[in-house]
Amino acid sequence: MSNRAESFPLHRRDVAKTILDASDETLFVTGLGSTNWDFTAAGDCARIFPLWGAMGGAITMGLGIALAQPQKRVIVATGDGEALMGIGSLATVAVQAPQNLTICVFDNEHYGETGMQETHTASVTDLSLTAQGMGIKDAATITDDAELSAGLDAIINGNGPIFRVIKVRAEPLDFILPSKDGVHLKNRFRANLLGDNAV
Amino acid sequence: MEWGDDIYTAFKDAGIDQVAYVPDAGHKRLINACIADNDIKAVSLTTEEEGIALSAGAWLGGQKCVILMQSSGVGNCINMLSLIETCRFPFVAFVTMRGQWHEFNPWQMPMGTTTKLALETAGCLVDEVEDPADVGAKAAAALHKAFVGQQSTALLLNQRLVPVKTFGK
Repeated sequence: MSNRAESFPLHRRDVAKTILDASDETLFVTGLGSTNWDFTAAGDCARIFPLWGAMGGAITMGLGIALAQPQKRVIVATGDGEALMGIGSLATVAVQAPQNLTICVFDNEHYGETGMQETHTASVTDLSLTAQGMGIKDAATITDDAELSAGLDAIINGNGPIFRVIKVRAEPLDFILPSKDGVHLKNRFRANLLGDNAV
Repeated sequence: MEWGDDIYTAFKDAGIDQVAYVPDAGHKRLINACIADNDIKAVSLTTEEEGIALSAGAWLGGQKCVILMQSSGVGNCINMLSLIETCRFPFVAFVTMRGQWHEFNPWQMPMGTTTKLALETAGCLVDEVEDPADVGAKAAAALHKAFVGQQSTALLLNQRLVPVKTFGK
């Protein structure tokens, strides 16, 4: 079994913190499952809606928020496995073309929660090319700190839809878990964004 | 299929902002009305389950989203409906039925005959309408149940309401 991902220079927890800390305003949907733990570790807060299930739904959930809040940057941070399960969502996003939506796929080329089996990106599938083929013109792959630093402004402020594959190291990490109470997560997100009367 | 106009009117009365759909002959008139409305964001999906997550996202962002689909599409949604049930998101689907009335395609029967059961199993409150005169009132009731009562709902539009498909046979 090839395991090039164990040598990728970017560490997912550092990437999550860099993106979360880059703005106080950005809204996040984080996909099942490692990206949830990454962003919880980076700073669990009401701007983040973590998905504990609904695999394949992160990207269109972000689209729903982005369409509803065109003045706010919405970032979907999800894994390669989760993105693959909802891959048609990229075409749906491309047609809607929301300028405020960024999709960051933390691609460690493995299914982290189920025993580190390889995803399709470990061998032949290129998600950046896939996104371009679906119609998201601004799609690229980030592989190291220099590219992340250079590309951070586009992730936070760029003219969307923006799609970034961020190649992150396949590595064992502690579970840093957000609340799994879906009603609480929904209410805290809405109260923060829309005010207490929204709950 | 003038009943589509009655659902559209119910959407406007309820302040619907986003309408997600998978193209469907039964919903054609309603879909076109939503596309033509600059105050409604009409979102074409590649599969129905995208619409479940989109609807939840719209609610997180302060908007109301509904989903239009066919009975076969309900089968694509089952796990994604766990998002609605677990987080108690308001949800409403308008489902045109196949497999009920002059159905020529046996491949439509499995979902056509189990749509109601599948949705109820996934925590959805299901109502059905067969008389075109009742569509507007039942649509308004479903929207109220979802967005005022904060429930997961579906209104099944009986196949007697939609054109009989034959593919020329």
